[in-house]
Amino acid sequence: MFADGDLMALWLTLKLAFISTLILLVLGTPLAWWLARSRWRFKFLLEAMIALPLVLPPTVLGFYLLLALGPDGPLGALSTLFGGSGLAFSFSGLVIGSVFYSLPFVVQPLQNAFASVHPATLDAAATLRAGPLDRFFTIALPLARHGLLSAAVLGFAHTLGEFGVVLMIGGNIPGQTQVVSIAIYEHVEALDYGAAHGLSALLLGLSFILLLGIYALNRRFKLVSP
Amino acid sequence: MQVAVASNFKAPLESLADSFEKQHGHKITVISGATGKQYGQILQGAPFDVFLAADSRRPELLEQQGKIVKNSRFTYAIGQLALYTPKHPHPTQEFLTTSRFNYLAIANPRLAPYGLAAQQYLQSRDLWQPLQTKLVRGENINQAWQFVHSGNAEAGLLALSQLLQADISKDYYYLVPAERYAPIVQQAVVLKTSPAATALSDFLQSDSGRKVIALWGYALPDRKDTDNKGTTHVR
Repeated sequence: MFADGDLMALWLTLKLAFISTLILLVLGTPLAWWLARSRWRFKFLLEAMIALPLVLPPTVLGFYLLLALGPDGPLGALSTLFGGSGLAFSFSGLVIGSVFYSLPFVVQPLQNAFASVHPATLDAAATLRAGPLDRFFTIALPLARHGLLSAAVLGFAHTLGEFGVVLMIGGNIPGQTQVVSIAIYEHVEALDYGAAHGLSALLLGLSFILLLGIYALNRRFKLVSP
Repeated sequence: MQVAVASNFKAPLESLADSFEKQHGHKITVISGATGKQYGQILQGAPFDVFLAADSRRPELLEQQGKIVKNSRFTYAIGQLALYTPKHPHPTQEFLTTSRFNYLAIANPRLAPYGLAAQQYLQSRDLWQPLQTKLVRGENINQAWQFVHSGNAEAGLLALSQLLQADISKDYYYLVPAERYAPIVQQAVVLKTSPAATALSDFLQSDSGRKVIALWGYALPDRKDTDNKGTTHVR
């Protein structure tokens, strides 16, 4: 039903979403924890910056990434320093773009979940001589597990549908940067509506199932908590 | 009057529109975009009066589908392909066989006529397969230009008109011989009958219109009316 190129694009997209989500969870969890706990008065600056991808067109992010990844840009210069040949048109470049692009989708649910962990619970654990890391891993994280799950699924689903950023920095290289959304776009532009329908329907179904999972889980957790 | 135009011809059309508006008094709104996209929009009833495509395929399709004013299809320009190497002066076609570049930007051959021409050129030199891992494909020729201009690709097979628009010195590009690819015939069609649309169609085929088009880096079709001036074909 699908051509080889389409399957390759699908596999690449899943790989990109998986790796980006993993990186986002590793970076986003401490960040969200800090945001939920900190009383720093300029915290809102950071919060606004993280939320930017929610309102910016992805092409804006993609445009600045294209400049930043080039040999004269900061990220590109860094990569050439380590013997690379620039980050645009590479899978690593797409991962960097996706991490920026999906950051609020991971940080915000986590931050909300951490904020709902009652400080008294943590204080009680502290009086029982639980250290900060212990408190985080054995109390905060389990209590915030529904937030963690939402963050992972949202981050994954959002990266799955990424288009504008990849269009700007990807270069449409099969197997390296040609993700599903780009392949669909190319099919539509080339008037190959059959192939576009196949991939689009698949992505639609996949995204819906992921979101169904989130909402079903949210409902269950709400029923459990008073 | 709304004129839909291929991205590569946007700047030339804007300069043409200035003198056209002065001469004829009809105001032109320029809407630029990818030819494939604009073709789809026209089928969905987009309110364009004239369509300047980047190829001849979409205008022909529109004619077959009866979406244009009868006999209004004509060639207004012929695109020319150039190899642009911003960091390596005086490129020849041998540049492509060296390892002096990591990426070569082209337009997507499946979508854009300049991309197809680039593919034909590379195939004619048996470089299409060997260069597969170095090719980056822009959605259209403008995106291929962005890839080179931002420094992410060291070379690009672009439209000569783009290089002239950006004031690129002759030292940094190589004009690909026209016999290495099928001519990039850019055709226009009138979608709605109006005095303004007819006037623009005539203007684009007039001597003064053709002069401007040639200045922007396009070759010209032989004149339809054989007035013994059939030598205007610049190459």
